[in-house]
Amino acid sequence: MKTPLSAWDKVQISRHVQRPRTLDYVRVLCEEYFEFHGDRRFADDAAIVAGVGRIDGQSVVIIGHQKGRDTRENMRRNFGMPKPEGYRKAMRLFHHAQKFALPVICLIDTPGADPSMESESRGQGNAIAENILVMAQLRTPIVSLVIGEGGSGGALAIGVTDRILMLEHSVYSVAAPEASAAILWRDSSKAPDAAKTMRITAQDLKDMAIVDTLIPEPEGGAHNDPDATIRRAGIAIMQSVNQLNALPTSILLDQRYQKYRVIGAIKTMPTNQSSMGEPLSFL
Amino acid sequence: MKELFRRAPKAFTPGEQTRDQDTPDNMWVKCPSCGDLTYYKQLRDNLKVCKCGHHMRLSAVEWQGLFDSESFTEEDGDIAPLDPLNFVSPKDNYAQKLRDSQLHTGLYDAMISGNASIMGQGLQVTITEFEFIGGSMGSVFGEKIARAAERAYERRVPLLTINASGGARMHEGVLALMQLPKVNLTLARLGTIGMPHISLMTDPCYGGVLASYASVADIIIAEPGARIGFAGRRVIEQTIRQKLPANFQSAEFMMEHGMIDMVVPRTDLRSTLGRLLKLYTMRDADASPLPADV
Ligand SMILES: [Zn+2]
Repeated sequence: MKTPLSAWDKVQISRHVQRPRTLDYVRVLCEEYFEFHGDRRFADDAAIVAGVGRIDGQSVVIIGHQKGRDTRENMRRNFGMPKPEGYRKAMRLFHHAQKFALPVICLIDTPGADPSMESESRGQGNAIAENILVMAQLRTPIVSLVIGEGGSGGALAIGVTDRILMLEHSVYSVAAPEASAAILWRDSSKAPDAAKTMRITAQDLKDMAIVDTLIPEPEGGAHNDPDATIRRAGIAIMQSVNQLNALPTSILLDQRYQKYRVIGAIKTMPTNQSSMGEPLSFL
Repeated sequence: MKELFRRAPKAFTPGEQTRDQDTPDNMWVKCPSCGDLTYYKQLRDNLKVCKCGHHMRLSAVEWQGLFDSESFTEEDGDIAPLDPLNFVSPKDNYAQKLRDSQLHTGLYDAMISGNASIMGQGLQVTITEFEFIGGSMGSVFGEKIARAAERAYERRVPLLTINASGGARMHEGVLALMQLPKVNLTLARLGTIGMPHISLMTDPCYGGVLASYASVADIIIAEPGARIGFAGRRVIEQTIRQKLPANFQSAEFMMEHGMIDMVVPRTDLRSTLGRLLKLYTMRDADASPLPADV
């Protein structure tokens, strides 16, 4: 009998260098595709690719994180960690999708948002927050598929969607396992423990009712048959898009509101909390 | 397997907390910034701002003095957290951590919310309690902001969020992360009726709060010297392998970089908020004047 894959095994598969990336999905699924560049404010961030294409005769906006396959490309694409200009390029495409009534497909594959002085100076937190706010109100269907790793707000910045799909061996977490271990235990080498403790696998997210659909992968992972995985994912994505296209906008927006509004683990107590101390006097 | 042997901590009952050791008025308090000693009473009278200008962190209860006296009514005070991941690690046990924090603060989680007024103008408010696991944003935190924003929408009043948080509550995993869209969805709805969300950033505001509601408010006010950022200094220093300048991510730095609207000293905060609110809630020229602030 085969040993089931551990959470950490899945993290490794989700990061496999030959795992299909956003541009592989574009190549296999799109009959037509143009990549758009830049946020019209500062720069073009290669960690996010965004463009307009056609899948099954349907024009769509496609936005995804893009990692590289070698050091040079990874440097250029910052290992799939977007800077504010990357998120603002995505934002531009969200508005574009709304203006032209195009559904949006987001492909998630990032260890997290870029943590650097320049990104902080240009408002990394704000860039992510604004995207979340815009997706919340987007008047066109939006579907996401986690194709590799979904790390933190860096993933969520293109991940507030009507349907969330995940590949079988992909992961999604509040912070990448290394970052989680560093925050929790000040020791990033405990990443495998964090991966297990924090329930980050696609199956965990399905159990928590956050993810709608899991897409099966070939034995050992998507890299063993990229094109078949992509086609299978493409069918599921377009099924979701077609279902959502049939909804009136008000219903679409109400359902999106409800989808996120109910998330959380809380209980109601018989009595109120009781605080301590005294208010200061600002009067 | 270890979950089987895990002993669930005794449930917390409000009132059970160890009473706040009331600092005697004649006790000296040392400023962490300049090192000067001030009488506790004098410090409180000066809103915990040192003579050097350093703004010491306030508890959620201390912040309630910002509102018109007796105007604050807590809402959703009965929501408490669960341990959805059954989070146990060799170093850390979420259920125990929650109970310890509950005993320490008397709160179920890192947030007090409700309705209040400032210079007679009603509003919904949320206040973080940093002493509760670093003011981290978990399910209860998200739910309380969402409900406050929904109440503001129903009551057609502004929303004020008073924030000090290290970021998402790691122990609730992706459920904590999903509080970001949950909260922003409710804020988007509030925006449709033209009622403002004012975000007050106090030291510190990091990660999840910045990447969701705190940085997309209609008006963003920061306290002097508050540290504000998405990634923490330690993470950035490890990434770039060099020390960051001292003022990096300070409120003043963030204003210079266009991320916040104004830096307001605590002593001016109440009048600033009162005057600002009036601009949005009394938009016609013949609006009656504000009641005198005494
Ligand atoms: Zn001082």
